[in-house]
Amino acid sequence: MTDAPKRTPLYDLHVELGGKMVDFAGWEMPVQYPMGIMGEHNHTRAKAGLFDVSHMGQVILRGENVGEKLETLCPQAYATLKEGKARYGFFTNEDGGIMDDLIVSNAGDHYFVVVNAALRHQDIPHMAANLDGVEVTEIFDRALVAVQGPSAENVVGDLCPAARELKFMETTVADINGVECRISRLGYTGEDGYEISIPEDKAIEVSRAFLAHDDCEPAGLGARDSLRLEAGLCLYGNDIDQSTSPVEASLGWAMQKRRKEEGGFPGAARIQKELAEGAAKKLVGIKPTGRAPARQHVEIQCLEGNTIGEITSGGFGPTVGGPVAMGYVSAGHGEPGEKVNLIIRGKVQPAEIVSLPFVQQNYKR
Amino acid sequence: MAIYYSEEHEWVLVEGDTATIGITQHAADQLGEIVFIEQREEGDEFEKGDEIGVIESVKAASEIYAPVDGEVVAVNGDLEETPGKLNESPEGDAWIYKIKLSDASQLEELMDLDGYKALIG
Repeated sequence: MTDAPKRTPLYDLHVELGGKMVDFAGWEMPVQYPMGIMGEHNHTRAKAGLFDVSHMGQVILRGENVGEKLETLCPQAYATLKEGKARYGFFTNEDGGIMDDLIVSNAGDHYFVVVNAALRHQDIPHMAANLDGVEVTEIFDRALVAVQGPSAENVVGDLCPAARELKFMETTVADINGVECRISRLGYTGEDGYEISIPEDKAIEVSRAFLAHDDCEPAGLGARDSLRLEAGLCLYGNDIDQSTSPVEASLGWAMQKRRKEEGGFPGAARIQKELAEGAAKKLVGIKPTGRAPARQHVEIQCLEGNTIGEITSGGFGPTVGGPVAMGYVSAGHGEPGEKVNLIIRGKVQPAEIVSLPFVQQNYKR
Repeated sequence: MAIYYSEEHEWVLVEGDTATIGITQHAADQLGEIVFIEQREEGDEFEKGDEIGVIESVKAASEIYAPVDGEVVAVNGDLEETPGKLNESPEGDAWIYKIKLSDASQLEELMDLDGYKALIG
């Protein structure tokens, strides 16, 4: 893309707070603030971090039986998603690969969908073309802010008591400082927290109100990445893409029983076959034994020296206090405890397959 | 004693035919929080421009390039356990190698402090 990167409604606040701005998926986003990635990561795990996620696509779906129609594109049970509930899911393609992952909320008179920044341009036409009789409206005039961490309930709840009443994966509309916001209790850090959709002209004001809480500090994309990696959550483009199936990506938990049995979504033949017989490879957690971080594309070998896979996400995990990674290993490998070798800059580095997540998830169920 | 700087943001402190080398504070600040260093071993010989190590921060991996030809005569082993020292005192305790210079005339191609300050602006 040659277009200049776009700015979110919070851009001026990022600059004021000393955010180091980088181009991410066509958006000028803060990778970190003066606290630094590790500090922001640790603060989020200990108290609360505020993240700008306005680059993600917010979409409203209106029409009859939207949930049932979404089931023709996704292997999730959206027809039975109750009002006020949100559910993680993904669009699959005809080959059973993942087109994008997303969060769908049943907002009563409409459905609210959040998709990845880089894939808004694919997902919106995809929904418009395939959801018959559904009005698909991308929202451009609202920011999306995530407040994540064990103090998030106080940071948001002090301004908005209704937020305290929500459980994990529940959503509501409520006023924050007199501004009507959509508040959903979810996130992508492994911590309790909220994502809050705010009218763009009030986004800085509401964010400042959160940051005024002693426990809340701004956090950038760097911390967001290390937090989600420790939480064992997939990053689209790294860990999942058009070629990887949900079974390979160890996302079986995100497909509800009825959908797995019934099928009726793109690529169901492959996905159902893999559910029954196992997939050719699977995504696992990998803990390097030494200190060297294993990053994307590092080769994974079994102890006999054969290539069995590749790292898809990896880096330093501040909460773990050492390197953490995820990657694919071929069928027959991948039991927790299995010893493997990683080839980092030509050197063999020992590692072990571990179960995900690296850090216990701390959701408010 | 004289100190030189490379365009790759290393400092070279020369005493006779040996030199201590490390990364500059500017480099450390740019890299962000450093979590790992991979170093050569004592006795390794290298030429100017060779990769002589890797520093990993929370953000990314960055190579260390040899500012001059030489041989490693000492490795700062403390950095393996406490790579964070590279952020705290990259121009002090957190030196990376002591080397024996093979060709002292190469030092003339490096910058002095004023030249380096001009480079980093």
